[in-house]
Amino acid sequence: MVNKRGLLTFASNPVIASTGVTVGPLETKKSPFSKYADKNYDDERCGLKTNEQGHAKMMEDACMIALSKLDKTPTDAEFVLMGDLVNEMTPSNFAASTIGVPYLGMFSACATSVSSLLMAALLTESGMAELVVAGSSSQHNAIERQFRYPLQYGSQKGATAQWTVSAAGVATIIPHIEGAPIITCGTIGIVTDLGLTDPLNMGAAMAPAAADTFKRHLEGHGSTVEDYDLIMTGDLGKIGFELFKTLLDRWEYDVSSTFRDAGAEYYGKHPEFLAGASGSGCSASAYFSEVYDKLLSGTYKRVLLIATGSLMSPLSYQQGDTIPCIAHAVEIQMK
Amino acid sequence: MDEKKYQQLEQQITPKPRYLKNCILAFVVGGFICFIGQFVALFYISFFDFTERTASNPTVATMIFISMLLTGFGYYKKIAQVGGAGSAVPITGFGNAMISAAIEHRSEGYVLGVGGNMFKLAGSVILYGVFSAFVVALIKTILVGLGVVSW
Amino acid sequence: MLSIFITSFIVGGLICVIGQLMMDVGKLTPAHTLCTLVVAGSILDGFGLYEPLIDFAGTGATIPITSFGNALTHGALAEAEKHGIIGVLTGMFEVTSSGISAAIIFGFVASLVFKSKGTI
Repeated sequence: MVNKRGLLTFASNPVIASTGVTVGPLETKKSPFSKYADKNYDDERCGLKTNEQGHAKMMEDACMIALSKLDKTPTDAEFVLMGDLVNEMTPSNFAASTIGVPYLGMFSACATSVSSLLMAALLTESGMAELVVAGSSSQHNAIERQFRYPLQYGSQKGATAQWTVSAAGVATIIPHIEGAPIITCGTIGIVTDLGLTDPLNMGAAMAPAAADTFKRHLEGHGSTVEDYDLIMTGDLGKIGFELFKTLLDRWEYDVSSTFRDAGAEYYGKHPEFLAGASGSGCSASAYFSEVYDKLLSGTYKRVLLIATGSLMSPLSYQQGDTIPCIAHAVEIQMK
Repeated sequence: MDEKKYQQLEQQITPKPRYLKNCILAFVVGGFICFIGQFVALFYISFFDFTERTASNPTVATMIFISMLLTGFGYYKKIAQVGGAGSAVPITGFGNAMISAAIEHRSEGYVLGVGGNMFKLAGSVILYGVFSAFVVALIKTILVGLGVVSW
Repeated sequence: MLSIFITSFIVGGLICVIGQLMMDVGKLTPAHTLCTLVVAGSILDGFGLYEPLIDFAGTGATIPITSFGNALTHGALAEAEKHGIIGVLTGMFEVTSSGISAAIIFGFVASLVFKSKGTI
């Protein structure tokens, strides 16, 4: 008997009708994903006064771009589901206030890209929505000062440290139409905590969560690794991704080819980014740019996206708590 | 998978810090900062009315000024990524901790932002410096009073 | 004259190596490392060992953060010698004021002049 807990199947085949991706100046220069982005900024604060305002602006622009590709305005959208990592998600709140669409804040840390996508698909599936906007974002400066140190503080980062991206990724979800990537099913993650405590090694903390969700998704939905053209995790980074593959290897999955990690690839081969990228904009901007484009062009027929998030705060790790982690999976098909 | 097994696996896969390389770099960077400091001290001894002893005060202040420039223009964290403790342990690192916090929190205003957060990293150094000095001096004063040791 | 430059480099470098080992091997955060070194500096001065190190190494001993602990203790002890136990409280910042006041003043100046940047 297969355990069906946390599994979602969307029989009505809701589709991702468009996406909007905005990236910051550093990503524009260094990231291979930036060439798929819709908009980039010269200024890390998008010309505004504070990092958080720039953060909100990136999110807002991404929403507007995704809607404009459908020739829609915010008044046509019924729901917007989004989130970020800043305290109380103020950037998303401000972005939602500007676009004025009924709003639900989503928080699954860096897995928010997929959790909001799944909830959007669910709203569409239930027949209560014709157009839902879903996405997530992060901004390096705002996240760094909240979770770590002031930007100019000199502390040596080890090989496990990841760089929070400045990017936003948004998708619009509508009921089934031909010629768009279909959200077929998904799996909601179980919070996994294997007792790791190092906030500068989040990839290692998140890898078991990703592996667990992966296994539950394949077993629950009865698929195999060979069914997919791409299995992409969110922001495990180089070390977390190694651990993830090692775990799957032990469970006798073939990890040789179809696997990728957005965080590990986000900054290409630049060594100064150490283990790679992280942040809720990382998976969102990678999934809704390159992966979406390649689904549309038919390069990928069926992909499994597993976004990972570490659900800690500066308070929790300073109090000596471990890092609880989550991973949500969504399966997207192009027919 | 249980916690212990996973933590072992994590230890295997996570690369260890390169101890020797880090130590050599810390030695070179830290030594170099002190070396520069010696030039500054020499300058104060030669051109102003300072002795080798009293020159350390203006030297420290000058080093923190240099640290401010390096921090403000974004070079200090690059030095720190290479030098590790070599840039954190000298007084320039203490300056960097306060200056970077001050710059970062300006967006919250000069009173609650700059004033309230300037000491958030360096404050603990001041606290433990002062408290340990208090305890050490108190013990020594009592011991001298009891005639156990002399000044 | 020249030898003080060499001893300064070596002693200053070695203190930093101790700090690096505390961070890499002892897995301490930079803040924990600095606090430990400061406490070590003030204890060393309690035994009268830090001043000879300054004579030997010059800025190699006065620039590392250990000298902050030393200076605090030194000020407290000097005042205690004159005024007894109350001097422990009043003398503390006598010697070390320059480091803290410089950091506060330049910190404030920097907050007026510079803007934080997320460049790598």
